Amino acid sequence: MSETETRDGATPVGKASAEDEKPLLKVEGLVKHFPIKKGLLQRQVGAVKAVDGIDFEVRRGETLGVVGESGCGKSTMGRLITRLLEPSGGKIEFDGTDITHLNTAGMRPLRRDVQMIFQDPYGSLNPRHTIGTIVSAPFRLQGVEPEGGVKKEVQRLLELVGLSPEHYNRYPHEFSGGQRQRIGIARALALKPRMVVADEPVSALDVSIQAQVVNLMDDLQDELGLTYVIIAHDLSVVRHVSDRIAVMYLGKIVELADRDALYAAPMHPYTKALLSAVPVPDPRRRGAKSERILLKGDVPSPIAPPSGCRFHTRCWKATEICKTTEPPLAALKPGQRVACHHPENFEDQQPQDTKAVKTEATAEAPAKEK
Amino acid sequence: MTELSKTGAAVGEPARAGDAPEAFLEVRDLKVHFPTDDGLVKSVDGLSFQLEKGKTLGIVGESGSGKSVTSLAIMGLHRLGARGKNVRMSGEIWLDGKELVGADLDEVRRLRGREMAMIFQDPLSAMHPYYTVGSQIVEAYRVHHDVSKKTARTRAVELLDRVGIPEPNKRVDMYPHEFSGGMRQRAMIAMALVNNPELLIADEPTTALDVTVQAQILDLIRDLQKEFGSAVIIITHDLGVVAEIADDILVMYGGRCVERGPVDDIFYQPGHPYTWGLLGSMPRIDREQTDRLIPVKGQPPSLINVPSGCAFNPRCPYADVPKDGITRTERPELREVGGRHFTACHLSQEDRSRIWNEEIAPKL
Amino acid sequence: MISYIIRRTIAAVILLLVVTAVTFGIFFILPKLAGQTVDQLAQQYIGKNPSPEDIAAVKRNLGLDQPVYEQYWNFLKGIVSGATYDLGPTTVRCDAPCFGYSFKDHLEVWPQLTSRLPVTISLAAGAAVLWLLGGITAGVISALKPGSFFDRAAMGVALAGVSLPMFFTGQLALLLFSYQLEIFGRTYVPFTENPSQWANTLFLPWCSLALLYSAIYARLTRSGMLETMNEDFIRTARAKGLRERKVVVRHGLRAALTPLVTVFGMDVGLLLGGALITETVFSLHGIGEYAVQSITTNDLPPILGVTLLAAFFVVFMNLVVDLLYATIDPRVRLS
Repeated sequence: MSETETRDGATPVGKASAEDEKPLLKVEGLVKHFPIKKGLLQRQVGAVKAVDGIDFEVRRGETLGVVGESGCGKSTMGRLITRLLEPSGGKIEFDGTDITHLNTAGMRPLRRDVQMIFQDPYGSLNPRHTIGTIVSAPFRLQGVEPEGGVKKEVQRLLELVGLSPEHYNRYPHEFSGGQRQRIGIARALALKPRMVVADEPVSALDVSIQAQVVNLMDDLQDELGLTYVIIAHDLSVVRHVSDRIAVMYLGKIVELADRDALYAAPMHPYTKALLSAVPVPDPRRRGAKSERILLKGDVPSPIAPPSGCRFHTRCWKATEICKTTEPPLAALKPGQRVACHHPENFEDQQPQDTKAVKTEATAEAPAKEK
Repeated sequence: MTELSKTGAAVGEPARAGDAPEAFLEVRDLKVHFPTDDGLVKSVDGLSFQLEKGKTLGIVGESGSGKSVTSLAIMGLHRLGARGKNVRMSGEIWLDGKELVGADLDEVRRLRGREMAMIFQDPLSAMHPYYTVGSQIVEAYRVHHDVSKKTARTRAVELLDRVGIPEPNKRVDMYPHEFSGGMRQRAMIAMALVNNPELLIADEPTTALDVTVQAQILDLIRDLQKEFGSAVIIITHDLGVVAEIADDILVMYGGRCVERGPVDDIFYQPGHPYTWGLLGSMPRIDREQTDRLIPVKGQPPSLINVPSGCAFNPRCPYADVPKDGITRTERPELREVGGRHFTACHLSQEDRSRIWNEEIAPKL
Repeated sequence: MISYIIRRTIAAVILLLVVTAVTFGIFFILPKLAGQTVDQLAQQYIGKNPSPEDIAAVKRNLGLDQPVYEQYWNFLKGIVSGATYDLGPTTVRCDAPCFGYSFKDHLEVWPQLTSRLPVTISLAAGAAVLWLLGGITAGVISALKPGSFFDRAAMGVALAGVSLPMFFTGQLALLLFSYQLEIFGRTYVPFTENPSQWANTLFLPWCSLALLYSAIYARLTRSGMLETMNEDFIRTARAKGLRERKVVVRHGLRAALTPLVTVFGMDVGLLLGGALITETVFSLHGIGEYAVQSITTNDLPPILGVTLLAAFFVVFMNLVVDLLYATIDPRVRLS
């Protein structure tokens, strides 16, 4: 991990304004293992290594997108940085304060600054409570009396997210999915947080509604100066909303880069495969799909992740070193950190190692087919 | 191939009611209504289309647009179960010369799984948790084939192998929960294909899957279609998926078809404001970010009180362009706006091309 | 799977020990806490007008003046290796498993339990078969045609079945079919002696008991089926072209009945510990009747014995349910 640190020190940052400021959130070597118990005595026989040593930071006012396939640990990561889960190791610093192991009482002030938006607009609102009760809950929990009274403030929030203040006394079931997501956002914004972690905020919504919510989040960021961490599996949405993007694979960050650099020239083979797999809403590009990389097989189990580079079992560029040595997340280009021995769109980091590893699950190299 | 396949894969003017059509699958003025305590839910309200063998039709729409109900109606699944008594279906569904809406339940049952098969969205809940994957495929085969369990099992292993499941001999005896999401969807496809169906309906087949797996599954469906020459209907909300795989596209809104035509027309010359809205709402992975998405304002319509006139009029930015408020009083019929390209919209041809060329296309 | 079975069995044994300890505690600590002296407690075991010698004998035999854990230990020892009761003039040998000795009836508890157990088992087993058949059938038909005449009628009967107390339906049935019409006998005959007589006598209690339970089971099955028939895998089964009957039985019922297994295990376990009211109403000399008798005479050792037996059956049936669950639902085996 230390290697990452040193290499990262020299990285110039994409946004000029962020340079003189310390990051809002700084994560070092973050680990979360969920124990697996088995047998007669329920002894711990292993662990699901959901998040297995990741470093990143979130700058003030930016949107960090986190992408990866199911089981890559992105949601666990979101719950760790909002401290809904207790980390197994590593360090989380919010605005210079170490919050890694704060207890409930110690977290109270932080709860105002960091809020979370969830995926499911149906499950995350209590059906027996009115919208007023739901949105004002943070005030009650934190014992805050907003200026002008709770009701007035809630109605202001409802207007802010594009709902009518008259909805105050209605119940969640009277609203559509998109409106419920707006209610969730209003609740998250009640205490004027500085950072909002959104876990799949639009994936349960229809396309036309999804666009409304994306635009709303965009506007709120401009208006309130929010910092976002947006976790999503939809690479198109992430591209649209993020300033920087972290790509996760099996509990690790494999690439962390500025948005445009990442989409223009992904350096990690996994990022490349992921991007190429997204169906493009452009029928004419169907014929010219020379870039398509079809990964074979499934993501290996996070209980026993592959040695060395975790992606080597499915990577078409893997060589012996990938099996044995884990590549560090290094800043190979300004604003683009990659954990790969043989990155794409860049000079090979281990050119001497040429003996390819071929396993059954290896992906086809980008083929010129069809 | 017949002459018809030259004129069109999936879209064309339906033949006269009552006559057996030439198309492999033809749906004519299909209506599926469910009476509820709150009122009559008009899930599908007058839908017509055609589909030829070897072609793929993508049905696109948001939740509640009636796309899934349409597929279940073709399969005759609405007429079963406790709700089956209540459903009101009318219109015609012709599959290979047989009419299904008025057909005897048992007759439709014998076609189901053999001539037409279906893949569902969530393969975990769509497979029975208590039976092995193999036994579920064997069951599907033996419904329509009088063979021993052993023969059917061989067939199951063969299909699991064909859909790309490693070690099919071992996997055949495993339970659905022991499969990964992608493997389960492959197994589901194997189950659907076990009887070599001529029509395959895939209802959101990749929505529950990761992108890399989605790409695998779409590839598989494409390959299998080539191999078996079946007609495929893909139902999805993802325009990216249909752009990849469909020959024709049918856009549904509020239980009706608002636009249908060849895939290129729908993407490059769309004629309906709702289709414009869908295209504008979609973040694009293949382009530099435009400043903002252009969402469709408002909410999808209630299927009980569908807005009068054009169902899209309350959300349509161009509802007042046609004069005399006709969009609010008169329901637009599907009109041909180009070769095999139909749009149900009151906008005149001139207004439509002007708005598309000047206002919509530059912003996409 | 094997480690799962072993783990469950060990858990069951531990649970049983805890239950015996708690039960024992209730009988021997609570009176003390209520302020009873050892003499008063001992007196309870004998009945009216006991002689000082009798009291002393009880105290000595049960070790009432010793610490509670000592008493509990002696009790457990008695179960394993038997005990000897010294009653002054005579000594009584209570063979293992010794579950106590009634100083009122001068009878050992265990032989009483074993002799009565066949009656209770006969009653419970027969009733269980009836209520499973009746309840599940009614539930399934109701679920397949919700709102139909059958559904409304069946659910009406079910409501009545749950609401009407056993001493009403039982007595009514007895009066009508046994006393008035004389179709059914009233004296229990063991199955081994005369199966048809056995069934003849038990038919009314079976039906009365089954009416009560099948009402609950019909409702459970109905709601389970309604839920299951909306599952995605039912749609898949239909999409294969299976006949509706096969869809219902092979795909629907199997999944709908799984939760019923839990309830069934509990019910049977409880019933095996004695159907108190039913056995009393129909004068069947089973465990339940023994319990009722002992309670009315305030005879503590039999009550303790019956309680422990009932606890054993409940725990045992729970174990059976757990194992059964793992066989029915392959997903359980993993955890």
